[in-house]
Amino acid sequence: MSMNAQQPADRGADLAEDLEPTAHLIAEKADTTASQQEKAHRPISRGRLVWRRLKGKPNFYIGGAIVLAIVAFALFGDLFNIYTQGQQDSFNFNSPPSAQHYFGTDAIGVDLYASMTSALRTSLLIGFLAAPTATLVAAIMGSLAGYLGGPFEMFTNWLINLLLVLPVFYVLMIVSPAIADPSNLPGAIQWLGFMPAWGLLVIAIGLFSWMIMAQIVKNQTKSLKEREYVKAARYMGVSTPTILRRHIIPNVASLLIIDGALGVAGAILAETSLSFFGLGIQAPDVSLGTLLQDGTGAAVSRPWLFVIPASFLIALLTGVALVGDALRDAIDPTSEVNRA
Amino acid sequence: MPEPLLQVKDLTVTFPNAKGGVRAVRGVDYSVGEGEFLGIVGESGSGKSVSSLAVMGLLPSSAKITGDITFRGESLLGMSDRALSKLRGREMAMIFQDPLSALTPVYTVGQQIVEALTLHDKNVPQRSAEKRAVELLKIVGIPAAERRVKAFPHEFSGGMRQRAMIAIAIANDPALIVADEPTTALDVTIQAQILEVLQKAKEVTGAAVVLITHDLGVVAGNVDRVAVMYAGKLVEKGPVEEVFHSPRMPYTMGLLRSVPNMLTAGKERLVPLEGRPPNLANLPVGCPFADRCPAAQDRCRTTEPELLADLRDGREVACHRSDEIAAGTLKPSDIFPRPPHEERAVKDSTGLQPVVKAQDLIRHFPLYKGAVFRRVVGRVKAVDGVDFEVLPGETLGLVGESGSGKSTTALEIMELVSPQRGSLEVTGKDVGTLSRAERLAMRQDVQIVFQDPMAAVDPRMPVGDIIAEPLTVHGVPRAERDRRVVEMLELVGLDPEMTDRYPHEFSGGQRQRIGIARSLITNPKVLVLDEPVSALDVSVQAGVVNLLEDLRDRMGLSYLFVAHDLAIVREIADKIAVMYLGRIVEYGPVQEVYETPRHPYTRALMSAVPVPDPTIERARRRILLTGDLPSPTEDIPGCNFASRCPLFRMLDETRQAQCLGDDPAATVHGKSKVACHHVDEIHRLDDADISALSPIPGD
Repeated sequence: MSMNAQQPADRGADLAEDLEPTAHLIAEKADTTASQQEKAHRPISRGRLVWRRLKGKPNFYIGGAIVLAIVAFALFGDLFNIYTQGQQDSFNFNSPPSAQHYFGTDAIGVDLYASMTSALRTSLLIGFLAAPTATLVAAIMGSLAGYLGGPFEMFTNWLINLLLVLPVFYVLMIVSPAIADPSNLPGAIQWLGFMPAWGLLVIAIGLFSWMIMAQIVKNQTKSLKEREYVKAARYMGVSTPTILRRHIIPNVASLLIIDGALGVAGAILAETSLSFFGLGIQAPDVSLGTLLQDGTGAAVSRPWLFVIPASFLIALLTGVALVGDALRDAIDPTSEVNRA
Repeated sequence: MPEPLLQVKDLTVTFPNAKGGVRAVRGVDYSVGEGEFLGIVGESGSGKSVSSLAVMGLLPSSAKITGDITFRGESLLGMSDRALSKLRGREMAMIFQDPLSALTPVYTVGQQIVEALTLHDKNVPQRSAEKRAVELLKIVGIPAAERRVKAFPHEFSGGMRQRAMIAIAIANDPALIVADEPTTALDVTIQAQILEVLQKAKEVTGAAVVLITHDLGVVAGNVDRVAVMYAGKLVEKGPVEEVFHSPRMPYTMGLLRSVPNMLTAGKERLVPLEGRPPNLANLPVGCPFADRCPAAQDRCRTTEPELLADLRDGREVACHRSDEIAAGTLKPSDIFPRPPHEERAVKDSTGLQPVVKAQDLIRHFPLYKGAVFRRVVGRVKAVDGVDFEVLPGETLGLVGESGSGKSTTALEIMELVSPQRGSLEVTGKDVGTLSRAERLAMRQDVQIVFQDPMAAVDPRMPVGDIIAEPLTVHGVPRAERDRRVVEMLELVGLDPEMTDRYPHEFSGGQRQRIGIARSLITNPKVLVLDEPVSALDVSVQAGVVNLLEDLRDRMGLSYLFVAHDLAIVREIADKIAVMYLGRIVEYGPVQEVYETPRHPYTRALMSAVPVPDPTIERARRRILLTGDLPSPTEDIPGCNFASRCPLFRMLDETRQAQCLGDDPAATVHGKSKVACHHVDEIHRLDDADISALSPIPGD
């Protein structure tokens, strides 16, 4: 069936799913007909269907557990520790992990456990805010440019190309003094000075990481625009914002969610790298980046200073990616089948 | 009995998957003698293509193939790919469905033919291979072959590419040609040409041909023997006349009765073949057709019938009740009775206000050149001045080949804006004068059903939301929308419980019904149907066509029915407009246009449509059109059909000059309007008049 060469080429995507969903349908039919007697003709909302599918994914549980554990550690880890971030224990320099210092201490006796919780809070905050910011900008710019076409598309292309050729890291290096000290902000955006450093970092990372996704969303939108259901909606008199919201964005949603989820990892990495080079979060604040930077030199002699922050970083990125993967499968009912 | 050229014995093909495997082909036996023309028919998913790919050794290596395939007594299954490659192209050739992807875009057509020649005979000098390539292109009817041999595939039209494919296939005088849906992607006039070329290729090379298709009409006119496939098995096999005139397997009967026949359409209703083919990954026990078979008995659900030869006449049928059917005690009309046909009263349309009225409508697309300074370098005249009207309760069929502008015309109506030229009135109002609010309100009255049932519904929305969407625009409250959705689902024959399902859980026919439900939810006056059944399997088509007819009569709808299938249009339409290159060449009542077509293009089009009846099909003479559709960007001073017109070539010089210099306007003949200067000369084409043939006797 799926091998049948005589189907039109543009229905190729249909081929692979041809076999599976029918089996799925038959199976589902069997168990729904039983429950249908008591069920009224209420359509199940989309959100609930997605949630139902999500619950069947092991990836979601594993990733979710990892992310939740790390978030819980960042929020409540301090309850089990007598030291606070930055506090020095002058009797224990370079102490390996012990009952007193769970994660050990550094050369000046700072408790790594306390630093870790604080650093994770900063990094998580930046990651979970910067990625959706970038995705949101990408979705709006991309879908508008693709759907409207014309001058707006030309402007978007120009802007995307401009931002893409700018070396982002270099630009962030240039703006980093402003992040370190908001009073260095140029006059026009001086009002942003009320924000803490991490807030400015969110904006900076967000504004420099939407371009590729916007490009993809734009091209997707252009092909979706020619789809008959979008045409049908237009002929029904559905307004442009509603078409974008109802037909375009949900159809690129799986892309956006992957982007958002992987973007979290990317944003954490970006923050970490910036802070690693001393460009992001500044002392006395800590983030995963600053901790890693402090720990690199000691990686061989005092491995806990490097291995612990690095393991947290890896675990966090893996957990976020697994959740993103599971979400994509749940939101896009065909993706799973297509890959099978 | 001589040994057959190709013998397929108990062929089974399994595609492994997580759940064990999908058996796409389940024990197929057939043989093809030297020079024989075998047709294999089946719907999509029946395994017909897979079984032929197995013969050619072209299945992916993951496929598990058992059984035996022998070619001239040699088993192909155990053969190494290298040994098979020696046979492929020299002894066995294949023609694929999609001629664009079957040719390599970076080599010229000539190079690809030469490659086919030299690959199997290294001693052929380049020069003579090139000469042979030109000869082959001439055989398949490519004009100016010497020049065309140097052209790239993209410079060829679809029909010419398929000819080139045939040229490659016959390059080495193969003994067997396997043609997998060779004409499915082509227009009917081109299809007629290609089938003619295929017949010629068969005569030139003396090869046996296996033609795989879903089109019963194509089979009827060409093959000697036919094999019908269903759910991976052959269910009936026999000489084409016998199978078509006295089918013995209920599936064959159902298939034959669900196909609209251009000669009888409109006089009786189509017989829908309910249900869908079984899922090959999860086959029920017993006969796979039992679920859809009205004549199924208990034993059909427990044991699967084998394909058995009838000892008296040698016909092979896989049905438990074939004896009864052969004896005549179980007649096709008992198994698949025709739904009662209500004669539609010919309405008195005078004085009625048309719901859609187009006058001199044009739609030109500018062609741009240059990246910085864009300038218009030409215009694609997609729609170039058409007049038509749709009266209340009436169906206007808009037919034409691809590129004729019929879909553009339909979409132009849906835009509800002032056309580039001419005027468009919908429900009596000129759309150019509408205000925003009025236009929005009018959108309730005009709705559209699209061709591709997969693309026409948003795959991310549950069916209930899809159907309710038109109502959201007009501020209908949620509860009312839900109520209407249930009503619509019942109206189109779907289970109202299905509102929370997603489109991919439905079959093509069901999805099309969802599209119809969506279009009807606003109680429209006019429905624009853009090829609503052409993407569906034949057995499903009949059900959708019948549904559309019922809905029209029950709800007093008017249809603008855009289609390329003349048989379906005859079935459903009251009036027909034949389009060619953005113009309507003939426009009139269905009865009159089909019985006495007055425009040479209409005649050619009608003669090209294959009729699913071998006796009639063989007796018919086709008017073959030469060449392809001219480019719609060309400025043609005279009649734009003159370059392909069969009548034009029969005329004297002064009359020809009139055709070339003067664009014919539509003139009234009988009840039709015809855009031809020489309507009075059309009898010259009469030798090929299809209306002279009596329709098939009813049952």
